[in-house]
Amino acid sequence: MSKGTTVSAAILTSAVAAALSSFAHAAPMTEAEMSAAMDAGKEKCYGVSLAGMNDCAAGPGTTCQGTSTVDYQGNAWTLVPGGTCTSIEVPGDRAGSLEPLDRDLPA
Amino acid sequence: MNQQANIQRAPVSAASRFPAHPVTGLAGTSFKHQHLPTILADGPQRGFFEVHAENYMGAGGPPHDALTRIRRDHPVSLHGVCMSIGGPQPLDKAHLGRFKALVDRYEPALVSEHLAWSTHVTSYYNDLLPLPYTQPTLARVAEHIEEVQEAIGRPILLENPSTYVLFTQSTMSETDFLRELVRRTGCGLLLDVNNVFVSATNHGFAALDYLADFPLAHVGEVHLAGHAEQTDDEGDLLLIDSHDGPVADAVWKLFDIVIAQRGPVPTLVEWDSDIPEWPVLKAEATAAQAILDHHAQSIIPGNAYAAR
Amino acid sequence: MRPANLNSHGVDDRSGYAAEFVAALLDPERAPPVFISGPNGKAATKRYAVYRNNVTVSLINALAATFPAILRLTGEDFFRAMARLHVRTTPPTSPLLFEYGRDLPEFIERYEHARSLPWLADVARIERAWLDAYHAADAKPLLPETLAAIPPEQLGGVVLTPHPAARVVRSRYSAVTIFAANRRDGPVPRIDAGEPEDALIARPALDVVVRRLPPGGAEFLSRLSAGEPLGAAAEAASTSASDFDISANIAGMLEAGVFTDDRKGNEQ
Repeated sequence: MSKGTTVSAAILTSAVAAALSSFAHAAPMTEAEMSAAMDAGKEKCYGVSLAGMNDCAAGPGTTCQGTSTVDYQGNAWTLVPGGTCTSIEVPGDRAGSLEPLDRDLPA
Repeated sequence: MNQQANIQRAPVSAASRFPAHPVTGLAGTSFKHQHLPTILADGPQRGFFEVHAENYMGAGGPPHDALTRIRRDHPVSLHGVCMSIGGPQPLDKAHLGRFKALVDRYEPALVSEHLAWSTHVTSYYNDLLPLPYTQPTLARVAEHIEEVQEAIGRPILLENPSTYVLFTQSTMSETDFLRELVRRTGCGLLLDVNNVFVSATNHGFAALDYLADFPLAHVGEVHLAGHAEQTDDEGDLLLIDSHDGPVADAVWKLFDIVIAQRGPVPTLVEWDSDIPEWPVLKAEATAAQAILDHHAQSIIPGNAYAAR
Repeated sequence: MRPANLNSHGVDDRSGYAAEFVAALLDPERAPPVFISGPNGKAATKRYAVYRNNVTVSLINALAATFPAILRLTGEDFFRAMARLHVRTTPPTSPLLFEYGRDLPEFIERYEHARSLPWLADVARIERAWLDAYHAADAKPLLPETLAAIPPEQLGGVVLTPHPAARVVRSRYSAVTIFAANRRDGPVPRIDAGEPEDALIARPALDVVVRRLPPGGAEFLSRLSAGEPLGAAAEAASTSASDFDISANIAGMLEAGVFTDDRKGNEQ
């Protein structure tokens, strides 16, 4: 495939025009309008939308607290994934093993 | 001698982008983002908010948006937690630059850091580690404070630590160490009353003796917080500065004594872990405000202790 | 001139406290420093353990806050054991905790107990990118009008400026679907991890958005972000994916704010 043959100026121009028309906005949007448009358009425009994403925890803070949480040593079960990963399947492989592995503990 | 009256006043420059809300005599709370909607819904209120500087050292995004909204209507206190002023190595110039940029941007009413360290060589340990009190460490810490104050163009308040161990190398008391830092650098002090109570319990001295020897005239802010209880190797009580609950009764009593002597300096209720709903935290600040207001009526600020 | 008692990092530890104090913080096998004690010479083993505990637990908590999907996927015990090993081998080098965890995805790839979860590292990469987008500099997204105003014959030569928050993470696994299912409340459905997915992480305003890119989308955005002109990037994307939809991809990149309204130039 040689450069310039698949994506001609005409194709690009019509692609941009089609992209813009999908926004259906005549005038420049304010920031508020922009975010409203995005909320409405997530599903139809660009793959999966992630409902609830915006409520995710912010980055961890730096605090000057001490903590009384005790740092515990690992045991064998801490070496076996124990969360929602059991519902994730990899073709040709089983989901996470449920047996403790006979391995050394992490330092 | 230093000018203690300057400690609490934010600079007012021609380029100010925020109103200069006074912080004198106010109680405040830690600012946590989960409380922002409630705080904004309540509207401007009497009190100030303190933030940990490091959480606003990103380039942009929601943290700066939240702090800007808070700063518009309230005094803000900028509390650094990892400048590593008490460490033996030079201050991180990039970090100092970020700190200065925050001071310039938000024009905080109060700026503070810790008598502690957290970085060694290149590793950051994310805790307020203790240091021995000796002439060499005194000289080093004084240099670091002067470097910070020169960078930001104003004095800082230095906070007394809560500690769990003592150093055999130490040749002077913590109060002497702090007093000498004030004398050499002109910095002010952030008196954490909970830290005094925690350290006094952990090291077997009387909190009132410590306070009697503390240079109260140079205190520009007070901290209050909750602590947790553990035991040491001998099974004796060891208090942990956990910031995860209400202020203890004994700490309230010490606070009342401090304010009766020093007058109503800005006082913060810290809560950094197991953070409650906003009304619970606000109620702690309201209790502190009542004590401040009580003594504002009966005490002329600054008279109880003269600068030494 | 550096005094003889300063090491290469400028550490002036004449009082001899810092190096000894940190040596045992992340090494539970090592004894506390000899120069610390409780009052009246009391033992300080449990007292020193408070610092050891503060450092280790707070850094594990920092990783848990940055990687909540990894925590949920692997469970509390597994995550904390893995994070503890990571903290001890790779402590932070920046005092800004939101910078910590950049090395965790590669650590997960090497962690023998995570071998049954080959997709886990890519989910961690999306989570790390999420936090980077969260803290990235603010910038106005490229407006559709800006693109519309460019004469057709110049469109192919347009070079766009990437938004500071925008990132692409490519995966051989269904990393976006797994990420999405574990960063929101509710049950996690059965997911076939074998479907390759590319993630777009962006922050057009204050909220971070994560999208699964359509075919050719990652190639298209990566080349545009690297400074290739629009025509060449579309060309490469078409080559990489026969069903590349130029129009949908341009609409998507505008909507997600992958570029800012600061056009570098439009020369061919």
